[in-house]
Amino acid sequence: MHKRKIQKLEMVDICKEFPGVVVNNHVNLAVESGRILALLGENGAGKTTLMNILYGMYRPDSGDIRINGECVFIRNPLDAIKLGIGMVHQHYMLIARHTVAENVALGLQDVPFFSPVKPIKKRLHEFSEMYGLKVNPEARIWQLSAGEQQRVEIVKALFRGADVLILDEPTSVLAPQEAKELFAILKKMTNAGHSVIFITHKLEEVMAISTDVMALRQGHVVGNVKTSQTGKAELARMMVGREISFTYNKKELPPGTLILDVNGLVVRNDRDMLAVKDISFTLHKNEIFGIAGVSGNGQKELVEAITGLRKIEAGNVVIEGKDVANLSPKMISRSGVSHVPEERMRFGIAPSLMVYENSVLKDYDRVPFSKSYILNFFQIKNYAKKLMEKFKVSASSVNVSIKNLSGGNIQKLILGREISGKASLIVASHPTYGLDIGATEYIRELLLMKREEGAAILLVSEDLDELCALSDRIAVMYEGEFMGIIPAKEVNREEVGLMMAGVNM
Amino acid sequence: MLFKIEKRVQAPATIKIAVLLISLAAGFCFASVIFLVKGVHPVYALSKILSGSFGSLYGLKETVTKSIPLMLTGVGLTVAYRGKFWNIGAEGQLLFGAIAATWIALKYGANMSSYAVIPLMFGSGFIGGALWGIIPAIMKTKLRINEVITTLMFNYIAAEFVQFLVYGPWKGKSQWGFPYTDNFPPSATLSLIPSTRIHYITLIIALAVIAIAYFIIMKTNFGYEIRVIGDNPDAGKYAGISFTRTTVVIMILSGGFAGLAGVGEVAGVHHHLTYPWTISSGYGFTSIIVAWLAKLNPVYVIVSSFFLGGILIGGDTIQTSFGLPYATVNIFNGLILLFLIMGDFFLEYRIRLAGRRL
Repeated sequence: MHKRKIQKLEMVDICKEFPGVVVNNHVNLAVESGRILALLGENGAGKTTLMNILYGMYRPDSGDIRINGECVFIRNPLDAIKLGIGMVHQHYMLIARHTVAENVALGLQDVPFFSPVKPIKKRLHEFSEMYGLKVNPEARIWQLSAGEQQRVEIVKALFRGADVLILDEPTSVLAPQEAKELFAILKKMTNAGHSVIFITHKLEEVMAISTDVMALRQGHVVGNVKTSQTGKAELARMMVGREISFTYNKKELPPGTLILDVNGLVVRNDRDMLAVKDISFTLHKNEIFGIAGVSGNGQKELVEAITGLRKIEAGNVVIEGKDVANLSPKMISRSGVSHVPEERMRFGIAPSLMVYENSVLKDYDRVPFSKSYILNFFQIKNYAKKLMEKFKVSASSVNVSIKNLSGGNIQKLILGREISGKASLIVASHPTYGLDIGATEYIRELLLMKREEGAAILLVSEDLDELCALSDRIAVMYEGEFMGIIPAKEVNREEVGLMMAGVNM
Repeated sequence: MLFKIEKRVQAPATIKIAVLLISLAAGFCFASVIFLVKGVHPVYALSKILSGSFGSLYGLKETVTKSIPLMLTGVGLTVAYRGKFWNIGAEGQLLFGAIAATWIALKYGANMSSYAVIPLMFGSGFIGGALWGIIPAIMKTKLRINEVITTLMFNYIAAEFVQFLVYGPWKGKSQWGFPYTDNFPPSATLSLIPSTRIHYITLIIALAVIAIAYFIIMKTNFGYEIRVIGDNPDAGKYAGISFTRTTVVIMILSGGFAGLAGVGEVAGVHHHLTYPWTISSGYGFTSIIVAWLAKLNPVYVIVSSFFLGGILIGGDTIQTSFGLPYATVNIFNGLILLFLIMGDFFLEYRIRLAGRRL
């Protein structure tokens, strides 16, 4: 390895724009040997993008990366690895059927052609002694727990000579005990002169492990402090922000009749763990019920359970007096529930189909769009045109594949499609996530308009400003439970920030 | 300087046609190596292929005859591929259609008029092909077994089963020991356009099936469901479309259409069941190219099946003219498919030279 050890790594004035959004806006970052930098921020704040730039996955629009004061060019991950930068992604890049040693050997430069794993085993042993990175080289990846797999990823980075190790939300898949073990490993590594950058949105972890914290919010650096000189409350404030950027004309409306009654809801996630633990709440006509929380705390599972996309283990979901628990998505949709999905590109559209075809995704089999199983394209196109006009979707025509539209326009179309009907309940997940200011404002106004028209709206968002501006009541969700339900007017942002971080008030 | 790959918004028609023609040309260029090795000028070979299949009345008649099964299997595959069900098993589904029709012909053909037995044969052929197609569909939806593997393997099972029948229980008493079933009674055979081998009833059915398939895919609820599921199964789930139901119905149609092709071959061409490779000279595989060349549009299947029917006939010509093995056309066909699939990349993306930028 012909390189100097990284004493200091800097990212200077980094800017990165994706179509429609500035994800990194003049960001400066520095980390020195032996330190652990926590990169804190909500989803969409630009943390992962910044680290992907450092690791050579993206190129910045402007700005420099410097190692020990010298400018370096990182064109791809291979360059980053050669310079001594390693990254452990949120989703591991391991081959499940191969052994640990084989996974480490894969792609490594100086291993013998025959029996490449031999020298690996010896050094694996050394690493495990040095850093407490205990892994069995013979074990196959599929046999390992998430924590053990993560250790394999760290070992892989070390084998490739990583001085700086980037970890993207390393604890999101770990059990508490495993997280503790990871922290011990990281401490040992920094003692040996490595440095660590670690992306998170959990305040407790920041306090527990890091030496420095940098907070990002909407692509800007909003805080850069030594961990010892700050506290959870200050960090929470940094993360969620304090200024209300928009004001909306929200009418005082008394809540109307009961629309949604969720009682003792229990739902499991994809990994078969309890994601929603005995949640109960009600939602009325003319009311917006906001769910705050850092994503990954069960909001997605809650929404999917209510809309029929996920199995309900226990509890009831009663919509206008009718129990819809575990009915099919279609039946629930027909009961008057519309859904603006969180992953709109994944669930909300069929990307290659035309705009007009996507505008009737849930109603294609209903009059007037279809009669006796035959589609009426005249009606569908007319409807699509009206939808585009009404919801200000800009596209050259309804006869183009929807994938050619921008994210904001796709979202406006989905939202328009979902709220145009006579739905009594609208479930909106992160409806403005990733959108520019114009589209964001417009979508928020639409939701308020539907509230006035009498809809009950369940709004899931990470943006506290948005929740405060739109909701009547806000529940804070943490690890599958509501930490409390607060009237939006009485919200103390600091308090909510802490509840989002799992602090019991 | 760097190459930059960008996503295209929408490929203009000129690009689409250019990509199609370049794919065909590239396939031919690579196939030329075989001709050159044999000492035949490739352009001369190509002219022989084309004149053999399209250049004479006899050639055209034969080309049309070959295009009938290709049309039926090809249109079936457009339905499946629209729903991203990678059915590689049209060959086996065709054979099961042939088996079902043979059974009807031999059991009831002698005592029934052709007006009754022919529709019955086509009906049972459709069912035979459909049943053979449903099994992989269920295996995919219920057990998550990859359909490429199952449908491919089911071809071999079907072929071996045909052999078992013609060597075993169905071996004809009047066939001098050959592995043929008895010949179908006249009422169970299809009449031909005079002085050709074109069994026009199957041709009419094929054209009708194409019209129906086009209508189903483009104009009905079910076609919409196929297209949504094929494009994004998660959106299908969100929209409340049943993946299992849609996939099974896709394969009923896809397998059933292939089954109809099998009926045409036994009732129109051979008049008995015999070796599987005689019943179908790889129509089920060639039809993959038919469907792809038609850009999964049932209407274009008419053109592409005619073209590939011609290539198959041209293969016979080069076999007799130059002594080249018949496999040469299969190589040619394979290369066309390869380049067509590669060509799709250029419809989605364009490549630009760009200055180096950090």
